[in-house]
Amino acid sequence: MSNRETYDSAFTETFMIEAKDLPGLKYQGVAAWDSVGHMALMAALEEAFGIEMDIDDIIEFSGYEAGQAILSKYNVAIEPAA
Amino acid sequence: MTAHALTDTNAAEDGAADPSPLAIGPWLAADPYGMTAAEKDAALSAVLRALTQHHRAACPDYARILDLLGTGENGMTHLADVPFLPVRLFKAFDLLSVPRDEVFKTMTSSGTSGQSVSRIYLDRETAALQGKVLARLMGDLLGPKRLPMLVIDSPAVLRDRNAFSARGAGILGFSLFGKDVTYALDDEMRLNLPAIEAFLARHAGERIFLFGFTFMIWQHFHRALEASGIRLPIDNGILLHGGGWKKLQDEAVDNAEFRAALGRSTGISRVVNYYGMVEQTGSIFLECEHGHLHAPIQAEVIIRDPLTFRCMEVGETGLIEVLSLLPRSYPGHALLTEDLGRIEGVDDCPCGRHGTYFSVAGRIAKAEVRGCSDTYEARS
Repeated sequence: MSNRETYDSAFTETFMIEAKDLPGLKYQGVAAWDSVGHMALMAALEEAFGIEMDIDDIIEFSGYEAGQAILSKYNVAIEPAA
Repeated sequence: MTAHALTDTNAAEDGAADPSPLAIGPWLAADPYGMTAAEKDAALSAVLRALTQHHRAACPDYARILDLLGTGENGMTHLADVPFLPVRLFKAFDLLSVPRDEVFKTMTSSGTSGQSVSRIYLDRETAALQGKVLARLMGDLLGPKRLPMLVIDSPAVLRDRNAFSARGAGILGFSLFGKDVTYALDDEMRLNLPAIEAFLARHAGERIFLFGFTFMIWQHFHRALEASGIRLPIDNGILLHGGGWKKLQDEAVDNAEFRAALGRSTGISRVVNYYGMVEQTGSIFLECEHGHLHAPIQAEVIIRDPLTFRCMEVGETGLIEVLSLLPRSYPGHALLTEDLGRIEGVDDCPCGRHGTYFSVAGRIAKAEVRGCSDTYEARS
């Protein structure tokens, strides 16, 4: 699975939404991405990519696009969308 | 550091070089306990003056209160000059300084049924600032890395996502600083020993972050361990707890006994009490190694005479006023609580932290019972 597929799956499986809803998605943009959902998403990403995110990055992780920039700090490159 | 340094270093960190006194960057970059009380009085007064102006312009009800008080921002040179609102006002009125459609989250205080609750309206900016300041203070306590976390509570508290209590919000807020977050109690508030033992086995030799509410820790964790004759090997643990002492005072358990008892049942030597409230989430007051609550640079505590509201001296017990630079979406930057406390000293705590340190003595008579710990009614 590409990093993008892994990244997208973390969102779609955590929030039970479809891939087409991901571009532009922001924290609190869907009901499931509330503060509980946020921690679940962070746990899913950490497990999927085998990383451990810093507290500041968890706070700054404000949306689907912003998250990709944050993951790049952990040497996780999300490929451009197909 | 000097107060002056705060205004011209790192201003760029908070986005563009924001010259506004409300820019948070410098307050995140500085040592949270690095300013003397006098330095903070000057630097934080400038922020609170700007916040008072902001809320006067943005919240008509607040402006009317200021007009009644006859307070002008120009005369506000010290923190004690900032007009304060009784915390109870947030129960009676919806006070907000942003349009309602910008409200991102509404926090309610932990009143139980029959008691009125405060309603605190957060916009995205205020919620983000709260998270950043809390992260700064917790980073100072725990270090930069998230630690394996044991929550001394039941996962049931978070089950209803649409209506979790202040207790749930507190657990969730602090969970940010943990990893492998594990609950030590089951849905019936009984000790979940298999979960605790598996967690400790996974993290043998690591530092452990434990969090819970004071009374719950005592009643459902310490007491339960004691009754089973179990001593958990959590010597590497740091336990953060808050939520009020009233129920433990009823059982004649004070802070020293609480620490000693947890040491007996878990080996934990670092027990940290915190004082904070939903009305000023983020800028919390943490206890140091010498048992004193410390005001970080982003907040301050003033003790006022309950009858005259004059500022009281070190060692005198009165009403606790809390000030914070965080509230932007509601006029809660200076609040008179219904808690009693006293300033224990200024700039000279043996722990080395600068600024004001204090203790909380309890709640004034006839005040409502509140607090994450104290509103909990044990079922038995």
